[in-house]
Amino acid sequence: MENIEQKLISRINEHAAPIRIMHVCGTHERTISKYAIRDIISKDVQLLSGPGCPVCVTPAEDIDFAISLAKSGKVIASFGDMMRVPGTRGSLFDARSDGYDIRMVYSIDDAVKIAKDNPTLDIVFFGIGFETTAPANAAALLREVPENFSMLTSHKLMPPAMEILTEDTIVDGFLAPGHVSTIIGTYPYNSVSERGFPIVVTGFEVLDVLLGIAMVQNQIESGRSCVENAYSRCVNVEGNLKAQEMMYLVFKKIDSKWRGIGMIEKSGLALKKEFEQFDAVNVYADIYEKAQHEKKVSDIDNNQNEMWEGCICAEILTARAQPAQCPLFGKRCSPKNPVGPCMVSLEGTCYNWYKYTHNKGI
Amino acid sequence: MCIAIPGKIISILNENTATVDIGGIKRKVNLDLIGGADRSLIGKYALVHVGYAISLISDEESEEILKLLRDLMDPS
Repeated sequence: MENIEQKLISRINEHAAPIRIMHVCGTHERTISKYAIRDIISKDVQLLSGPGCPVCVTPAEDIDFAISLAKSGKVIASFGDMMRVPGTRGSLFDARSDGYDIRMVYSIDDAVKIAKDNPTLDIVFFGIGFETTAPANAAALLREVPENFSMLTSHKLMPPAMEILTEDTIVDGFLAPGHVSTIIGTYPYNSVSERGFPIVVTGFEVLDVLLGIAMVQNQIESGRSCVENAYSRCVNVEGNLKAQEMMYLVFKKIDSKWRGIGMIEKSGLALKKEFEQFDAVNVYADIYEKAQHEKKVSDIDNNQNEMWEGCICAEILTARAQPAQCPLFGKRCSPKNPVGPCMVSLEGTCYNWYKYTHNKGI
Repeated sequence: MCIAIPGKIISILNENTATVDIGGIKRKVNLDLIGGADRSLIGKYALVHVGYAISLISDEESEEILKLLRDLMDPS
């Protein structure tokens, strides 16, 4: 396999012309940073990091609402990635340090089990993630869920964000996220490729990423823009129909706010009316209203990107800047003391750049 | 967040749960998203994300990849 990777690198470099390829997946960024793919291919082939980290694009107000729920005595169950991302007044971890009951879970099923085992407690599961994660959360709600369980829903959908990126960012082609595509298939990207942008769905091994780059490059060279699949071991054209069916039994598409980007039409999921008894926004409407009011008077209210002074995560999430251009990167902002969401998450661009390239002085 | 790990389905526990071997670690995995548990799944590889199998991994994978590589390297 090493030989094939070497051949792909040579192929990419021999055909190198100035192009900008964006990926929209934190796991792609991890592979690219960890294996220094930017260093082993021609500098003409720029690999941009898009908004592929769901916790990075979760609006601060959703985190604030989760913390408000915890402060009013509810138990918050969250994926670990979400715990350190700051809202307007600290993170879930900060709230846990203050003594509130916030638990880290691997799966929604763990949160449901906590609810079943503790009938006197009210458990709120913080449901985040792209299309990869939403079907699992839907599947759990379609089974028997106890009355003391509810969900704070902040799911996002990737193709509408990619469409926005084609308007706002200088990009020539995309690597599409392999695991999102496992669920949605390859056809939803047609709306992006029809705008003239080559797209290759690919996986997460070095070979997958190199193959994806070479295939995008090949499309650009030959003047084509279509959706190709380099991850056929897991992805097909129509996707996982069963998972899609379950997802849309439970959720409906809504306009949704992405941190650092803003509102994107039909880019998020909310629970349907039939599931409102599990919707934390509905069950705890009074706390939700109060959190919304507090947001209006918070420190970062005037900053539409919900980032702190000096932090350029908003530009990094849309590939208009790279981490090294941030005045805080590696100084005031590091994985131990993150300022913005891109440094917090294991899938954040700043986190990966810091972890894998910072020590080289890049 | 979207990280998913391949695991081999080694036993069926009930109508929607299986035990999966992920690099020597055994875990219970929910199969609802791939149509529920079925004994014919034993021995197959599934992609596991947040405790759920989100797809089965195709056996023809290497053939497909090799074809794509051949097309790129030798388009004639």
